[in-house]
Amino acid sequence: MNKETPLTLLDKPNSYVGRTLSRDAAKRAVAGRGRYTDDIMPARTLHAAFVRSPYGHAKILSIDVEAAKQQQGVALVMTGAELAEMCTGPWVGTLVCFDGMKSEPQHPMAIDRACWQGEPVVMVVATSRAEAEDAAELVTVEYEELPVVIDKETALDPGTPIIHPNLGDNLAFEKTIETGDVEKAVAEADIVIEDTFTFGRHTAVSLEPRALLAEYDPGTERLTIHTSSQCPHMIQAVFARTLGVPEHNVRIVAPDVGGSFGLKIHTFGDEIAATAAAIKLARPVKFIADRLESFATDIHARENRVKGRIAVTKEGIITSMDIDVRSGAGAYSQYPRTSVFEANQILNITGGPYAHENYRASTQVVYLNKVPTSQYRAVGHPIGNTVGESLVDQAAAACGIDPMEFRRRNVMRDDSYPRISAAGIEMRDLSHQQCLETLVDRMGYDALLEEQAEYRKKGIQRGIGIAAFIKGTAPGPAGYYGAGGAPISSQDSCTIKLEPSGGVICMVGVTDQGQGVDTVMGQIAAATLGIPMESVRVIEGDTDAVPYGGGTYASRATAIGGEATYQAAMMLRAEILEIAGVLLQAEPDTLDILDGHVVDKGDSASRISLAEIGRIGHFQVAELPNHIQHTLSATYRFRLKDALYIFTNGIQGAYVEVDTDTGFIKLLNHWVIEDCGRVINPQLADEQVRGGCVQGLGGALYEECVYDSAGQLQNATLADYLVPMAGEMPDIEVAHIQTHTGVSELGAKGVGESGTGAAPAVVMNAVNDAIRPFGGKVTAQPMSPETILKALGKV
Amino acid sequence: MKAPKFNYIRAESRQQALELLDQLGEDGRILAGGQSLMPTLNMRLSQPGTLIDINKVTDLSGITLEDGIVRIGAMTRHVEVANSPIIAENLPLIAEAMQHVAHHAVRNRGTIGGSIALADPAAEMPACVLALGATLVVESINGRREIAAEDYFKGLYETARAANELLVEILIPAEKSDNVSVFLELAQRHGDFAMAGLACVARVSNKTFEELRLVYFGSEDRPTLGAGAIAAVVGQTWSAECKEAAANALADDLDPMTNLQGSAAMKLHLQKVLTGRALDAAIERAEAV
Repeated sequence: MNKETPLTLLDKPNSYVGRTLSRDAAKRAVAGRGRYTDDIMPARTLHAAFVRSPYGHAKILSIDVEAAKQQQGVALVMTGAELAEMCTGPWVGTLVCFDGMKSEPQHPMAIDRACWQGEPVVMVVATSRAEAEDAAELVTVEYEELPVVIDKETALDPGTPIIHPNLGDNLAFEKTIETGDVEKAVAEADIVIEDTFTFGRHTAVSLEPRALLAEYDPGTERLTIHTSSQCPHMIQAVFARTLGVPEHNVRIVAPDVGGSFGLKIHTFGDEIAATAAAIKLARPVKFIADRLESFATDIHARENRVKGRIAVTKEGIITSMDIDVRSGAGAYSQYPRTSVFEANQILNITGGPYAHENYRASTQVVYLNKVPTSQYRAVGHPIGNTVGESLVDQAAAACGIDPMEFRRRNVMRDDSYPRISAAGIEMRDLSHQQCLETLVDRMGYDALLEEQAEYRKKGIQRGIGIAAFIKGTAPGPAGYYGAGGAPISSQDSCTIKLEPSGGVICMVGVTDQGQGVDTVMGQIAAATLGIPMESVRVIEGDTDAVPYGGGTYASRATAIGGEATYQAAMMLRAEILEIAGVLLQAEPDTLDILDGHVVDKGDSASRISLAEIGRIGHFQVAELPNHIQHTLSATYRFRLKDALYIFTNGIQGAYVEVDTDTGFIKLLNHWVIEDCGRVINPQLADEQVRGGCVQGLGGALYEECVYDSAGQLQNATLADYLVPMAGEMPDIEVAHIQTHTGVSELGAKGVGESGTGAAPAVVMNAVNDAIRPFGGKVTAQPMSPETILKALGKV
Repeated sequence: MKAPKFNYIRAESRQQALELLDQLGEDGRILAGGQSLMPTLNMRLSQPGTLIDINKVTDLSGITLEDGIVRIGAMTRHVEVANSPIIAENLPLIAEAMQHVAHHAVRNRGTIGGSIALADPAAEMPACVLALGATLVVESINGRREIAAEDYFKGLYETARAANELLVEILIPAEKSDNVSVFLELAQRHGDFAMAGLACVARVSNKTFEELRLVYFGSEDRPTLGAGAIAAVVGQTWSAECKEAAANALADDLDPMTNLQGSAAMKLHLQKVLTGRALDAAIERAEAV
């Protein structure tokens, strides 16, 4: 049920909020006029290429760079030891909020030892990337191979080599949370289901790879970095601190960014190296990861094994869930966000839609000689949702209850908030029941069941899947990064200014990666101020221009940055009306702003335009009395107060056909009903959900970073690492329930990851529904044809 | 991912290309459509000294029909083959297979000769020419040589073409009007390299296979004739038992390679499934004629 919230300016007829408007940046991109980091080419730019470890684990005995230095066009060859001299110290990827966590200090390039295949060892900087690669081939590195740790299951066993002897073992972090009494619930349950689930490694595969252009002016000692980033201020802090440049002397610009998906909230050693080269040489240095480097060095994610158990009564009421998670990190914990969020998030959200009160969840995160793991779209959620929703389906089947009905009996009631989840997290403003009934309606659930039965008679095996979900969005300062000690802001800000022309400049800390954050901020500002969209210019992605903020990650841009923009616009609006009141001899609260003009409330006749207020406010200030000390600008910062997250919820449905002879899965239909609170731009919200689903489906069906037993990544090309393509994707029907969050006036929650979080769960449930009559069951992702055939006993 | 340095020569004529090939030997590499070669160069997996570009050699492309033989120039692009009325009418197997050859962008540049010269084990055209009993014509400065498709594919990326020879054309007998053909392929995403695939050409009368060629690709190191499966089916009236016999015989015909797409056992299973489906389809198509 939608909570009644008072009508605001945003709810006016014809408000820009709640309307589909196209993105300005899209017009530029489709015309081929996007300006990405690699499109920026200052004179005298040099290009970096890297010699990377060919081994999963090896001691570096010697490095000979003399031949490379002699090559044509080479300006600099730098080893890890030389780079370390320019740095303030190695990174340690721990946060104090993760009690007991440990990680080996990590240098930007390997010095004595390389711990994953692809770790940078030597940087070559030359006048072109091709020349840099030619010279890199002439660098001779003598290695002594060391034993690798590849299998997370045996990583903690006695006899398994320890990657970092200083740590004592390969354990990065362990944690258990427990509420209620799981063992008692299990003992008393009518039915207990246990299963084990495995998830392959993925990587983000952004269309634009990691990219960085560093420029250093030795005169002013200013460092300017253009980089494809979601979080310019975090990059500023980390790069400044690592390279010993004062933070206020570092400017980070994120120009057009071609997709990010969490990849671009991270910092990478090769990027530090290229920046160090720019400082050392006082020339622009560019580093653009190629696709091979992207696979072998971008963060990976999702490698987990989960044992899960659910206890239910024969009436189909869940009484407990418990899970044990073994999470495979890489060789180091990724600095500064760590490699343990995924496991932690699985603990937080598994079984999250349901009202049971007994829950135990534990994890061990272990180091492996693989690429470091960290946050990728919908961190942990695809895993937690798959485990929880598969257990729920299996329990429903064991009870002989339809899976939709089973969920109907167990989801948290819509009138039960605020409440604390079994994982101990506050839930508020959710709508599981309304989402479920909407899904039943949108899917035509009963008719679909009949259709499925008809197809079964013809020997065609179709499956229907359902997966309810929660999604943690817009994390607050109480939880992780800030409290954990990382230089990552959980607040976000907007500075908004009225220009003499009546135009408005809106500067925001949140950033756009192609999803339309800038358009959404413009809509909020224009709707609040009562001005045409064309009058607003949004500036983002430049630390010299925008107020300090965390940027875009964890579905926070609209929920956090949107509220900051709304409140800043409200402050500017109040000042405009105060000035108008003086000029018009009217009480400000009798006035309104409509289409760029101050009007009497309820009337549309212009009494004075914003352009006139801008002109007087900036040029003819003498027309205003002395006590009006206006600034025609306002800044607002917004953060959550006590909550860990703004949780959202929803439910997905899937309809698939499984070819039981070939193991091929055809996705027929997909539905997402989700509650992101107030929707600002329906089309952009829908497309976030659809794109997110496709990314989730990729992981469920195709994507996996495959390592062999020597720690060699086997499929570092787009021919071998399969990402979903349009032809195989189903239509995805999206509907939004809009339960405004009570933590902000805007009422928006996050939306960008909701598709990803439950898509793997729902498609796995649908596949298992299709093959259930044959006694088959799949619990491993990706669900390759071979996985299906094995489940069916055909190979 | 930048190619190492190489020399580039654009051949203005067939003769010049042949002379360059002869002079350069293994150090020279023919650049046709470039759809396989360019990625391997950029990934530094291959480092030829000189690329001999034959894109301007106009007499290497085109499709003609003479005396029941379809002649396809080696530089003919996939898209031209896909759009050719001669192919559609006379070589329906190739027309059907073309739908599976990568994506539009690749078909616009990639060539049929390039595909056959490279002999990727998962490629469609090598399987088709073997199924159709084609003759591959290679040429060097010493003259022309015709190689039957059966003798051409020697192993993984290995063919009977000598280093100084250029594949210049493909001669394929038009499919007989009472023949049927079926092309099936399994790839997780449309346009990807096949996990398993089958080119089938048959003459069917009264649900009996009188003539049959089954060529498997994607699972073996080269396109492979399923001799045992063929023997199990030819002369038999199509039935469930016959289908099973063909599948059983296939285990001796094939020796699938395990790779990232799946195990040898899975690939053999898939080829068995495809065999049954292709023969079912052949019967259906024969009855529809």
